[in-house]
Amino acid sequence: MTNPKIKKKDRALTVSWIVVAAVYAAVFAAEQVISPNSMLFTVLKKGATYALVAVSMNLLNGFTGIFSLGQAGFMLLGAYTYAIFTIPLEHRSSVYQYFNGGVVQFTLPWFLAMILAGLVAAFFAWLIGLPVLRLKSDYLAIATLGFAEIIRAILQWNQLGPVTNGSNMLRLFPNFNSFNILKADGSVAVYLSTTVPFLIAGVCIGLIVLLLHSGYGRAFKSIRDDEVAAEAMGVNLAHHKQLAFCISSFFAGVGGAMLAMYQTTVQAKSFTTAMTYEILLMVVIGGVGSVTGSVISSFLFVACSEWWLRFLDNEQFIGDFQVPLLRNGFRLVVFSIIIMVVVLFFRRGIMGTRELPDVIRALPGAVRSLPEKMRARRERRSASRKEAGR
Amino acid sequence: MNEDKRRQRTKMVTYPSGAVIPERDLGKSPVLECSHLGIEFGGLKAVEDFNLVLGRTEIAGLIGPNGAGKTTIFNLLTKVYQPTHGSVLIDGLDTQSMTVVDVSKAGVARTFQNIRLFGNMSVEDNVRIGLHNQIKYDMFTGIFRLPRYFSREKQQHEKAMELLDIFNMADLADAKAGSLPYGAQRRLEIVRALATNPKLLLLDEPAAGMNPHETEELMDNILRIRDSFQIAVLLIEHDMNLVMGICEGICVLNFGRVIAKGTPEEIQSNPVVIEAYLGKKKEAGQ
Repeated sequence: MTNPKIKKKDRALTVSWIVVAAVYAAVFAAEQVISPNSMLFTVLKKGATYALVAVSMNLLNGFTGIFSLGQAGFMLLGAYTYAIFTIPLEHRSSVYQYFNGGVVQFTLPWFLAMILAGLVAAFFAWLIGLPVLRLKSDYLAIATLGFAEIIRAILQWNQLGPVTNGSNMLRLFPNFNSFNILKADGSVAVYLSTTVPFLIAGVCIGLIVLLLHSGYGRAFKSIRDDEVAAEAMGVNLAHHKQLAFCISSFFAGVGGAMLAMYQTTVQAKSFTTAMTYEILLMVVIGGVGSVTGSVISSFLFVACSEWWLRFLDNEQFIGDFQVPLLRNGFRLVVFSIIIMVVVLFFRRGIMGTRELPDVIRALPGAVRSLPEKMRARRERRSASRKEAGR
Repeated sequence: MNEDKRRQRTKMVTYPSGAVIPERDLGKSPVLECSHLGIEFGGLKAVEDFNLVLGRTEIAGLIGPNGAGKTTIFNLLTKVYQPTHGSVLIDGLDTQSMTVVDVSKAGVARTFQNIRLFGNMSVEDNVRIGLHNQIKYDMFTGIFRLPRYFSREKQQHEKAMELLDIFNMADLADAKAGSLPYGAQRRLEIVRALATNPKLLLLDEPAAGMNPHETEELMDNILRIRDSFQIAVLLIEHDMNLVMGICEGICVLNFGRVIAKGTPEEIQSNPVVIEAYLGKKKEAGQ
């Protein structure tokens, strides 16, 4: 009975895999061909980083219904953990110049440091989750926002200097360019500085998707839809909320480590509340409750803010005529207007709650079966009207 | 078909303690025992001195005017509210220190007066949430898709379909729960509650908004569920046709107090009940 349906689903899934693989192949190919200084790669690297963080935030806000605004705080913890444990020993004395080279006198491989970054963020999430997750909606948002601010202040505290370098910058740790494979003479043989971040983000997002499609994901969604009913059906609210919070923070921590690699330096003061709002915007623009939406909107958001709208910041001339309004800062005005238009007129975001396979499933037969669909909808509507009339 | 069965009255017997249960449940421990249950909201006694014993397979009704405290009693039984007086025993277990989840695990499932489905999830997933504590696996298994994930998911799917078949809803499994017609949503809530493998099913106005034909069907279904799952049902309902048709014992509440208890016949002819529902008859001449 369900066989044809399953087949159809699988086909959409296969096509999705092909699409994803094609994107990765294109990124890899582009990296080998186009100059590494191109703006494209800045956008792709930063986009991949933000995609991971946005999906992790969507796991909380969109799938579990927990309105948390602590993402920047967890990213900060991740970024610092990664940086502190990967600065090579020979650079420590110059980085920690005011703290005698710091107290951490060993380095971890980038991979382990990245996992540790996630674990540290998850541990702090667990700690603050204990009291904070009892709160609801706005109160929870304020509490988590406050936490992010406190973390930012603490990491800049001079007393912690031997570990965090106080308010000074952490630098000289391995960054995305370290992934490039070099020839003996120091020139690059294979460019991987964009492909590897894509792979890291891809694996993490993949894990989140797998989680969401298991019984745990279902429990999260039931909490989002109706807490009271979920609890009455035996879903342990405290346990599942804590779990979602820790997992989300784990991936935010990994995302923070990626951001550190992207920026090549980390400083606590750049992880502001505005950063959390940016991520929240990506989630909302992409569609609350859609992983695909978060990924797409992250890249669009980063591309708009870093690249496509840059020309608005420079004075432009058409012949002798100077285009009015274009000057430094105008980009942000246009950007804000775009965001307002999206929020006002596309309230469900780019994707709503649809995912890539849903889109593909809707694509080919969509036009062909439109009359049939409309008839079905009419019938459904009249049936429900009858139902309501009773 | 069940018409005759419904008419055929269950013989009720009295325990030494004064509790009345169906004769067929004699010798089995009661599924629910409330004694002197009460709750106050800042001095307001919402429920007071509520006593009830339910037999293993009894269908009982809780009726009373609006605001009498019926739903409050459901919330007390499921620990949504903490009682200020008295005790609730579920299958002999004291619920004093239990949480809502513990009560669900102990075997009490409920539906809600204002439907509370997981509207954005599919019909099947709604039922699967009910199965959440029966068929489970750990997170590692879930994320890394170990063999157990697939076997458990298959079990869940089969069980969910089996349960949906009770109400002939298997073909709606992929529909979004929030998009179902009203009657189907009510039925789905019952299926979801049954998925938690309860011993006692609490139905809060199951027939609300249903037409007489649908109510008839619902009555047959409640009887069928009781017979096939061998569970007790306690229901709140305003539809007297349903209450008098299938309930074996009825408890009437008014202003948080039990004003009458008994079989449908006893309740129908009880002057106190008639007064609560219709108001006091004016004495001639006054």
